[in-house]
Amino acid sequence: MRNTFANTFFEAGQQDPRLCVVVADISPAGAMDKFRQTFPARFINTGVAEQVMIGMCAGMALRGLKPFAYTIATFTLFRPYEFVRDDLCYQNLPVTIVGIGGGVTYSTLGGTHHAQEDVAIASAIPNMAVIAPCDPAETRLATLWCTQQERGPVYLRLGKAGEPDLTGAAIDAFEFGKIRYLQRGRDVCIMGYGPILKLGKDLATRFEAQGRSVSLISVHTVKPLDVEGIAAALKAHRQVVVLEEMAPHGGLATRVKEIAWDTRASCRLDTFALQDAFIHNYGSHGDLQAAHGLDLKTVAAQCGV
Amino acid sequence: MTSNEATFGFDAARARQRCLRYRRRILDISQQVTALHVAPAFSCLEMVDVVYHALLRRDPASAAPVFRDSFVMSKGHGCLSQYVILEDIGILMRDDLAAYCTPGGRLGAHPDYGVPGIEASTGSLGHGMGICAGMAYAEKVKQTDRVVHVILSDGEMQEGSTWESMMMAANLGLGNLVALLDLNDFQGLGRTSETHPSFYPILDKARAFGWEAAEVNGHDAGAVLRAITSRSGGKPFFLVGRTVKGKGVSYMENVPIWHYRSPSKEEYQKALAELAEVAA
Repeated sequence: MRNTFANTFFEAGQQDPRLCVVVADISPAGAMDKFRQTFPARFINTGVAEQVMIGMCAGMALRGLKPFAYTIATFTLFRPYEFVRDDLCYQNLPVTIVGIGGGVTYSTLGGTHHAQEDVAIASAIPNMAVIAPCDPAETRLATLWCTQQERGPVYLRLGKAGEPDLTGAAIDAFEFGKIRYLQRGRDVCIMGYGPILKLGKDLATRFEAQGRSVSLISVHTVKPLDVEGIAAALKAHRQVVVLEEMAPHGGLATRVKEIAWDTRASCRLDTFALQDAFIHNYGSHGDLQAAHGLDLKTVAAQCGV
Repeated sequence: MTSNEATFGFDAARARQRCLRYRRRILDISQQVTALHVAPAFSCLEMVDVVYHALLRRDPASAAPVFRDSFVMSKGHGCLSQYVILEDIGILMRDDLAAYCTPGGRLGAHPDYGVPGIEASTGSLGHGMGICAGMAYAEKVKQTDRVVHVILSDGEMQEGSTWESMMMAANLGLGNLVALLDLNDFQGLGRTSETHPSFYPILDKARAFGWEAAEVNGHDAGAVLRAITSRSGGKPFFLVGRTVKGKGVSYMENVPIWHYRSPSKEEYQKALAELAEVAA
């Protein structure tokens, strides 16, 4: 995902001289280094200084540039939070904040590097849009959208590396603010955002082995949420499952429950998120997810499949 | 008048008259609503006057008062000084100031981006320097000769974000960034020189962070202008303006309560008399 973002951004940057990237001492992965070499004036490293990373992005946007702030997810949002809120969101500037390693991606680095509650916090700020693509191909489409948009601030939540393809056979095209059916079925609907959708795909296979027809949805735009699309999905399926690698409050799971209440949905609804806990485990990304209960065995058992 | 002042068509005597008039105008507003910061506006008034009347260059392509250079009031609570000047030069209307801090009005106690003449939303301290570093950098990327000016309070020099931004501005060689510090020596809990003595000397700190720096009497408009226009360039420029909080009204000067208090009718008349007397 990280490399796809960098490649796509480099490609877009060749077309649009307003595109700049402001990083806070993160090593330039993939084509980001090529961008830095090719457009040195449009690559800024503020060092270990995230407040000025965001503040400068605001000033650059106020003067007509299109800056992307780029670093590890925790440091894009938590450290400079009030700058994101006041400088970018209050002034409603088209700046994209790229958070690398959403959720517990940095599984060996400990809780200081886990962006567990990032989507809830970003979503709570007026004017902010939140996009979390599920695989490299969707990352490309989301990145291109971010490079072209003028509507306001965006939090683009990415994974890191090695995410499998999930959207190669998608039914729907990527459209900002709309849910995206990757496959369409009649009985069960599994939805989520970001790389955790791989777990959704595996869960779908379990259901299908039992003869159930399954829809799989990428809710890549978490805010503004496609309320109508989700209401329709709740209505069209007997069982709906929401997967999210984020805190259990203020994310997709709770939003879907709100929509279910508002629309008097009658389907079975199971939601899975990270625990409301700092878990002091180290290991692979999958190990950390499992420690939070986001593994196929646990999720499938609770879904009765 | 120095050659610089001549170049800029800036007359220090006229500036003094203007600033008396601006102070009286701010006091007028203080009789409409109580939600305002009189003393912090008075301390930076001469520096804001220099920015608008000497430093900001007008866009020759526009008949309306549009500036090519930028100005951000990082100490957002000083914005009355900015509002009355924007009114005087025709960017804000009399009705705007009449509706200050009232429903339906568009001017609040802190400047809001989107209001004519306001280039960034401020109010939370420690934000202006970073925004202006970004603006100044953007002008460099676009290869313009536009200059960005920012007025800071001494209190917000305690924000780490201000120093992050000063470090970056120097790293990026932002010779088109001019910061003016309103060193009025007051903050919430008393005199800054007493509560935070290690904050001084500021001039040396700015220089150590890679800025060119100078210190003047911040109420001496001619000195402010001379210091800024005689900078050597190549580095961002930091002007320490020594000021008096509440400057111009005897009972307000260096009295902390006037950070946010509005004068009573009698106090208002007394202040007007003082400001008129000096004018005569």
